[in-house]
Amino acid sequence: MTRRTLLWCAAGMGLIAYPLLVNNFWLVQIGGRTLGFGTIALSLVFLVAYGGMLSLAQMTVAGVAGYAVAYFTAPVAGVGLLLPWPLALLIALALATLAGLLIGLLAVRTLGIYTLMITLAIAMAFYFLTLQNYAIFNGYTGFSNVQPPVVAGVDFSRALPFYYLSLAIAAACYGAVRHITRTPFGLALQGVRDNPRRLRSLGYDVARVRVVAFAIAGLLAGLGGILNLWLNGSISPASVGINPVIDVLMAAVLGGFLHPIGAYVGALVFTVVDNFAINFIARERFNTLIGLVFLAVVLFSPDGITGLLRRGRIWLEEKVARLNRRRGRNAGSSSPMQSRQET
Amino acid sequence: METLLDINWRLFAVVTLNGLTLASLYFIVASGFTLIFGLMRIINMAHGSIYLLGGYIGYEVGAATGNWLVALLVAGAVMALAGAALQIAIFGWMQGQDLRQALASIGISIVAADQMLAYWGGSTYQVDLPSYFSSFVSIPLAGGYSAARLLLIGLAVIVGVGLWVVLNRTRIGMLIRAGVDDRDMLEALGKNVPVIFVGVFAIGAGLAGMAGVVGGSVLSLSPGEDARYLLSSLIVVIVGGMGSIPGAAVGALLVAMAETYGLAYTPTYGVVYTFAIMVAVLAFRPQGLMGRAV
Repeated sequence: MTRRTLLWCAAGMGLIAYPLLVNNFWLVQIGGRTLGFGTIALSLVFLVAYGGMLSLAQMTVAGVAGYAVAYFTAPVAGVGLLLPWPLALLIALALATLAGLLIGLLAVRTLGIYTLMITLAIAMAFYFLTLQNYAIFNGYTGFSNVQPPVVAGVDFSRALPFYYLSLAIAAACYGAVRHITRTPFGLALQGVRDNPRRLRSLGYDVARVRVVAFAIAGLLAGLGGILNLWLNGSISPASVGINPVIDVLMAAVLGGFLHPIGAYVGALVFTVVDNFAINFIARERFNTLIGLVFLAVVLFSPDGITGLLRRGRIWLEEKVARLNRRRGRNAGSSSPMQSRQET
Repeated sequence: METLLDINWRLFAVVTLNGLTLASLYFIVASGFTLIFGLMRIINMAHGSIYLLGGYIGYEVGAATGNWLVALLVAGAVMALAGAALQIAIFGWMQGQDLRQALASIGISIVAADQMLAYWGGSTYQVDLPSYFSSFVSIPLAGGYSAARLLLIGLAVIVGVGLWVVLNRTRIGMLIRAGVDDRDMLEALGKNVPVIFVGVFAIGAGLAGMAGVVGGSVLSLSPGEDARYLLSSLIVVIVGGMGSIPGAAVGALLVAMAETYGLAYTPTYGVVYTFAIMVAVLAFRPQGLMGRAV
């Protein structure tokens, strides 16, 4: 346990000290993007790991929040309505939560593979809506020049403040997920995942537990979506199209569904590959590369990188244990427990 | 006033016919999708890629031979082989893990879309039709209407009737239906279920490949069409009921009509109607209009 706490402290300090070590590109394009995009992936990992529900609509929910912020803070050509930024953020997060709730209401009508289908259909319907609709979504062009606010003299469009803002939000979201899984609701959610029938007979409203999980995931995705919007400065149908929708799934699968940290691990790998694909493969063929990596993970290591790490750690621990045992035997002092294992 | 009314009726007739042609195309694509799901419980997210690749191959063969029918058959055959290969190489050995199969098919569709973009580029292609289909047929109310689009409706009817006959009147169809109902029992009776799986996957993929050629002749081919037809297949089978061919027909009709009328009369909200149908079906009949309870 202490070793784990130590590890977390080291990771936290590393993340806080990260800006001292790198230039602005690594700070924003890798660091900031990983944290924002990872938060969207976190909402998916939360749904899968604790609810057993694979949703492809998390980028869509993030897009709802992004579009709302853009609509209320950066109106273009008669589309949008300028509001003070705290109100705009509040509305955006409320809308994202509501979108998550509504998607949940639809998705929990069926289960398993059907959830995947329905959420993909929702995601693509939203994409086509943003593309066709000019009154709210400003069609093909969408919104551009969306700036993060300046709060108390701190300009969040600058690299360093933006990184710390992303880090704070990502850490809060991660902490919230860790916390929720230990609350009665989180335990009920995991119970619903493992045995819905038993939970139902215990008096839980299984559908409601699932819908609430979708709403929470909606809020998380909304926060990630706003960070993503501020990073890009713009939002358009291409931000919620099939590719970004699948990107979230890829990041989550790459990282693995065993642990919420997988979302950020996957997002980091995805972002690094995205930015440096140009070095090992033509820039335009990034999708082939990441698609093959994704396929390989699905085929050979279904629990992703965190699964690989966990298996690696177990393997290492066994190795160390065996080494210790051998050393112990050489010293002629093997306990009865160990000798029973060896026979 | 009267002329205005006339024009509106003409528009209505043309839009209705357009809706029917789109429904026909949706049905051919979705019937393969639903057939594969019905038997194997595989959600093949690469179905749209098979549609688009079939269309591109049809275009290349059509350009090389100048024969549309050859293009249609070659594209269908190549895609059937590709489908069989997918089932043997990827989906077959993770049978029963439906989520993993769906994820794998997503990976395949990403790679396929990117490779098609690399080879055929971002431009729009159209498969050349034989001259006798490029003409216009006079239809009451609508006036002249493209013969090719009517051909598409005819093709959908042929595919629908053909599938019905194969499934209900032949021995292979009997095996497939038995597999849909109780896969384990069929295997226990000594039938080679994996081979039936490969065959059904080939039929489904072949239909999607041919649909790509037909869609590429009547409409057009471009990157992004794969996602569009995957979406339409998904909504069609959610509405119609997973695994049901009549359900695919009903679903295709509803979805395509809603989409076409929606786009014609309220251009900026076209997709909302399709979506509303899906939501309504999920709310009141989650298994789909013709689907069996899951």
